[in-house]
Amino acid sequence: MEKVTHAPHDHYDAEASKIGMWLFIFTELLLFGILFVIYSVYRYLNHDAFHLAAAELDTFTGAVNTLILLVSSMTIAMSVTALQKNNKPLTLLLNGITFVIGVVFLVNKYFEWGAKFDHGIFPGSATLAETLSQGEILFFGLYFIMTGLHALHIIIGLVFIAVVMWKVARGKVHAGRSALLENSGLYWHLVDIIWIFLFPLFYLIV
Amino acid sequence: MSDEKTHIVPYRVYAFVLVALVVLTFLSIAITGYDLGKYTVAGALIFAVVKSFLVLTYFMHLKYDKPYIKIMVGFVFAILVVTIVVTFLDYLYR
Repeated sequence: MEKVTHAPHDHYDAEASKIGMWLFIFTELLLFGILFVIYSVYRYLNHDAFHLAAAELDTFTGAVNTLILLVSSMTIAMSVTALQKNNKPLTLLLNGITFVIGVVFLVNKYFEWGAKFDHGIFPGSATLAETLSQGEILFFGLYFIMTGLHALHIIIGLVFIAVVMWKVARGKVHAGRSALLENSGLYWHLVDIIWIFLFPLFYLIV
Repeated sequence: MSDEKTHIVPYRVYAFVLVALVVLTFLSIAITGYDLGKYTVAGALIFAVVKSFLVLTYFMHLKYDKPYIKIMVGFVFAILVVTIVVTFLDYLYR
């Protein structure tokens, strides 16, 4: 690419960065993909129990979290445009909005899980083992594993966004060197796509 | 480098995609409210597939990326589909 203008120690390669990020995303897709396969098989084997258990989840909370992630995906996608147009304040603002509504997602999740814990529904609880059927226990096991792993990805995504914001503010990520921001965007969109499948599977199909 | 391949996506494209995604979300909530029996799962998943296609194409810039990245992404989703089909062939016919 622009070999002549590059400083000797500058190994910036936007396309290689993008490929690297995509390869990582592929491993993430397969990780969650296999969990979806496990969910599908157990749903097929325990149809009625999954039906009963899914009715316990609050569709409204799930829908709010879906909207939160969709909006945050748009704001981080827009921040790339803002950076390319050399609008640093807008880039930081849009990333800030993404960060804040990402935190709101986690707060919702905290209250949602908290309500389940109050009803004695958590992995390994006595209520779960004594009052629910095998299929319902499987449903809640998968629910906590899959939404928990997803929430972990949200936390990692938030850290990623915070690091990128700091680098944008310091001028290390700019219009000519935007790969890191684009990659944090790709990661955040991946988290969004996973939720797009988690939401119907756990909250909608009852 | 940046002059020939960086494609600046206008803000309004992202706004349109968000509107489409929100509409699809409400449609999927509405459609699973009806008792479609066996087709509820299929219905909800079709909406999820369309939504993730929009996210991949526009938010994740695949529309503006070189073909080889699209092919790789398509290949990974194909692996997932094959895994799901083979797993269910096993469970349905054992």
